[in-house]
Amino acid sequence: MLLAVLSILHGTQIAVASDQASGNPGRSIRPVNSIADSSIHWPSAEQFLRVLTLRDFNTRVVVLGVACLGLACGTIGTFLLLRKRSLTADALSHATLPGIAIAFIIMAKLGGDGKQLAGLLLGAFIFGGLGVGAILVIRHTTRLKDDAALGIVLSVFFGVGLSLLNLIQQMPLGHAAGLNRFIFGKAASMLPVDAWTILIAALVISLSCLVLFKELTLLCFDQGYARSQGWSVITLDMVLMVLVVGVTVIALQSVGLVLAVAMLIIPSAAARFWTEHLARMVIISAVIGMVGGYLGATISALVPRMPTGPVIVLVCSGAFIVSVACGPKRGVVARTVAQKRLGRRVAIQHLLRAVYECSEMAEKKVSSGNTVANVTAPLGELVKVRSWSINQLSRLIRSACRGKLLVSGNSGVALTDHGLREAERVVRNHRLWETYLIHYADIAPSHVDRDADEIEHILGHDMIVHLEQILSGKVKSDPMPPSPHHLSVAPTDVNGVTA
Amino acid sequence: MTISTGQPGASGVSSPIGQNRSHIATGDEHPVTAPLSIHDMTVAYHRKPVLWDVDLDVPSGRLIGIIGPNGAGKTTLIKATLDLVPKASGRVLVFGKPYRKQRHLVGYVPQRESVDWDFPVNALDVVAMGRYGTIGWCRPVTKRHRTAAYEALDIVGMADYAKRQISQLSGGQQQRVFLARALAQDAQLYFMDEPFASVDVATEKAIVEVLRRLKDAGKTVLVVHHDLQTVSEYFDYLIFLNMRVVTHGPVGEVFTPENLKKTYGGRLTLLNEAAELFARQAR
Amino acid sequence: MTQWSILDTWIVIVGSLCAAACALPGTLLVLRKMSMMGDAISHTVLAGLAIAFLVTHRRDPATMFVGAVVIGLVTALLIQLVGSLGRTEIGASMGIVFTSLFAMGLVLMRQAIDHVEIDPDCVLYGAIEASYFDQITWMGMNLPRAAIINGGAGIFNLLLIVVLYKEFKVSAFDPALSTTLGINANVMHYLLMTMTAVTTVAAFETVGSILVIAMLIVPPATAYLLTDRLSFMMCWSVLLAILAAIFGHVSAVTVPTWFGFGGTSTAGMMAFCAGLIFVAVWLLAPRHGVLSKVFHRCILQLRIVREDVLGLLYRLEELPPSHELSTTPALLQGILGVGPVLSTLAVSSLARRGYIEHRSGQLHLTNQGRRAGRHLIRSHRLWESFLQKHLHLASDHVHEPAEQLEHITDAAMQNQLAERTNQPQTDPHGKKIP
Repeated sequence: MLLAVLSILHGTQIAVASDQASGNPGRSIRPVNSIADSSIHWPSAEQFLRVLTLRDFNTRVVVLGVACLGLACGTIGTFLLLRKRSLTADALSHATLPGIAIAFIIMAKLGGDGKQLAGLLLGAFIFGGLGVGAILVIRHTTRLKDDAALGIVLSVFFGVGLSLLNLIQQMPLGHAAGLNRFIFGKAASMLPVDAWTILIAALVISLSCLVLFKELTLLCFDQGYARSQGWSVITLDMVLMVLVVGVTVIALQSVGLVLAVAMLIIPSAAARFWTEHLARMVIISAVIGMVGGYLGATISALVPRMPTGPVIVLVCSGAFIVSVACGPKRGVVARTVAQKRLGRRVAIQHLLRAVYECSEMAEKKVSSGNTVANVTAPLGELVKVRSWSINQLSRLIRSACRGKLLVSGNSGVALTDHGLREAERVVRNHRLWETYLIHYADIAPSHVDRDADEIEHILGHDMIVHLEQILSGKVKSDPMPPSPHHLSVAPTDVNGVTA
Repeated sequence: MTISTGQPGASGVSSPIGQNRSHIATGDEHPVTAPLSIHDMTVAYHRKPVLWDVDLDVPSGRLIGIIGPNGAGKTTLIKATLDLVPKASGRVLVFGKPYRKQRHLVGYVPQRESVDWDFPVNALDVVAMGRYGTIGWCRPVTKRHRTAAYEALDIVGMADYAKRQISQLSGGQQQRVFLARALAQDAQLYFMDEPFASVDVATEKAIVEVLRRLKDAGKTVLVVHHDLQTVSEYFDYLIFLNMRVVTHGPVGEVFTPENLKKTYGGRLTLLNEAAELFARQAR
Repeated sequence: MTQWSILDTWIVIVGSLCAAACALPGTLLVLRKMSMMGDAISHTVLAGLAIAFLVTHRRDPATMFVGAVVIGLVTALLIQLVGSLGRTEIGASMGIVFTSLFAMGLVLMRQAIDHVEIDPDCVLYGAIEASYFDQITWMGMNLPRAAIINGGAGIFNLLLIVVLYKEFKVSAFDPALSTTLGINANVMHYLLMTMTAVTTVAAFETVGSILVIAMLIVPPATAYLLTDRLSFMMCWSVLLAILAAIFGHVSAVTVPTWFGFGGTSTAGMMAFCAGLIFVAVWLLAPRHGVLSKVFHRCILQLRIVREDVLGLLYRLEELPPSHELSTTPALLQGILGVGPVLSTLAVSSLARRGYIEHRSGQLHLTNQGRRAGRHLIRSHRLWESFLQKHLHLASDHVHEPAEQLEHITDAAMQNQLAERTNQPQTDPHGKKIP
């Protein structure tokens, strides 16, 4: 990747236009707009290909610069997000504005044109640091909370910056228009030297992140433990913040200071949906940031009237929305499916238990020969056991029959062999758990049924073994302990009371 | 992993302590080899004293329970010792040297609430954090450290869960992971803040097992504990704390109704319970 | 300096109205620790305007206003949604939602830029300087539109807060409690968000999107350092907001002329002045200010040294005459272990009050001083007895705490102590209790 950029940047040094001109042919053919016209002029396939394959020098510069930026943002943003300091980045990016303005004024007074990027970024860096310092001072010396500290620093610094920009516009030299690009971002105005600056800074920041991976992890995960281990939490926080200020400063030119925070948070928040592993999260986040930068810059070069910064952010937001929906474990879809599946499993287990208990009582009444296995439970009885509607019940029964757990006959349903084993397991867990609750958790027996219902489905094997051990003295162990409370269907049947 | 045995100074790794021992003979009333000595420690929150003038020497190689009523400053004692809350006054010596210089010898298992459980790390990563102090700034975690972490997980019976994200563990399993983290650190002195709080029986057994192994390996373990019923079963040395150290000593000597009364004050129910307990044990 | 004109008067009035309108919901935002919500909502106004236009193709003020307020509320909803779906902390979900919406606003605006007269700069700077020229007639008077809109928002906020004062109070203090009291904290949350959105949209044109947050947060945060009561806090923040607006405009007109410039953005200077006022209050506030904290600590320290001097002199008088020690100020300083400044201050202030007198280079207690010294020593020794008796501290450990406690013991407490310790005659060290 670095090599590619090297070769590109060492290519022809064409003079660089200051607007998104060459990559943006759509603009010249813009028709006269009617008031209701908000259509987008799609580029031709050839233009599309030209831009996507980075054939134009200017596009190449812009796209690669922004992609590197996305990479650095995604990397450091992960830690920022996990440290729960997301909005600090917002405050400090706004706080850079007076730094940029002052750097401009100083450089102009010293006789330059005031627009050297390095100088401006240095000013931005210093004021970003000052902003963080001010936040810390407010947080520690007043009773104001974090949020107010952020708001104060953000707005006051930004106000000062705006006032200074206004002054710059009145300077004889000053074309503050060039500075406005730091507010909303204008990647298209990027020069090769700017791209170099961004590239190097981005690589340095990403590398520092990797080198400090373990320290930052510890800081974000458990700062109390970090401190007890002799790590200076303040130093670690400073390191993190310096990296964040650094990446924010280089983001100013492409996405602007209002949106710089988005590049830090959104890719990492999206990445969180794809993995439970930090290293992977950093990589995914960096990739999302990079692809977002690449696609955003490309789209804005292709489609007329698409400002680069906002488009990049919107591409990242799109990635976030997709991640929220489709993330493998935490995503909405996955969670809904898992919940549905669990709900169905629980319902089927309830059904099996109901059938089993009905059969059990029938067996007791008949009191000879019959085993639970070949007794059929009439539907009417089952409906009474739980608050099922007939429809729900028949749907459940159908689904259980498909799973070869039940066979349904004319008079009702009966357990298959497989179903019987499953039902025995479920009922057994349930009763063990009920007994456990009665004896150990001081719950009145009449309340036990509900609690046990919710928990039996998540009991692991080892826990059941353990319960059996505990209860070995209290419950007749095998094969099936009796229910410790009345089975509600059969009011006349009194044999189930606690042993 | 075996828990490395022996006193610090006796083992080759901890040479600084070895040197230290020789020139500590300052005539202090505190024995130089004590794993932990606390001198005149006072801690206050908002001018309200929480701990007052704690003066304590902890014997080596014991399993020590810190007991006392709610708000007696048990957690504060640990946190102030570890510099996690500021002390109004007092000094802490670990194996005869200021705590600051001896951090690598001290392991800490915090209360479970203090951690962001949704954090994207798995159990093994958390345990590996115990080694970070030894690894030092900017150096990566190598295979050797991960192996050590895995062995520590194995000791607490959690090796099967190494790759699980921590929020997917039960409360007791999380507690065991934290215990493993302290083990991975291979410290000489351990602090544990209510490790038995709301854990299942299996975990409680596992933890006690690990504590005994630590003790047998010559380590010193201080445990904040609130269940008086199990005190004499789990520990062999007790510190009674209620704003100040009421008394401390081997369980057999200090676990008496008088001391309980002094520590827990006039709370009758507790007192009766304890008296009963004592009577039962006396039999 | 340029001449002050009717234009400037109206700029100040509009600025003050806007600032005051913002300060009311701002107080609640700061107290509920949701200041950045104001930031989020103010950023999304832009998207609201663009969407309102694209959906309705109308650009009358009412449509725009409603559109922006609705998007403001949608922002609040989305932030909660992202927080619960994404299980992210509130800060991150704010950052995700408002930047996305802001970006969308910018893109939509670029798409519609030929139709809507929104200048991207206006989003930031606001157009307060031009507000005078956009007048409408209302009740026979020609008033700037901005004044009416901001005034309206202010009155809306005031009414809502007056009517629902106690509900807002309890839900800001403890959302869970308020729900158990039958005040739905969620409803109150969205009411507050509505207020914020209305105010923000009204102020949007005047001070610009980002400076709204200065007006929303800085004056209430400043007021929070001045008072402990909600009603006072609201009054203070309105007052401070108006002050910031006035000084903001005055300094925008005057300060740059000192450096040879012609004047700068009023909105920017309003934020800056709000910041200056915050810094001033942060330094000087009577109770929560940094200087006052330092000052009080010094005063307390001086009092303690003064009392220590009295106590020391009293103790020296207790000694048998043969042990007579010289009591020069330098010696006292050495014994008490305090710096020369403090001890000199303490001795001179004691002498001024007639507690001690200089006689031939030595310090002696006057009768008045002796009484004060006796009181102090009595407190000290009673405390020692108490600590030993009731807290079971060893007798060699009671001096230090007693040393600190003696300074906060008044006569009533002393009597109580004497009672609890059964009126002892001597302290644990065997010294007489006077």
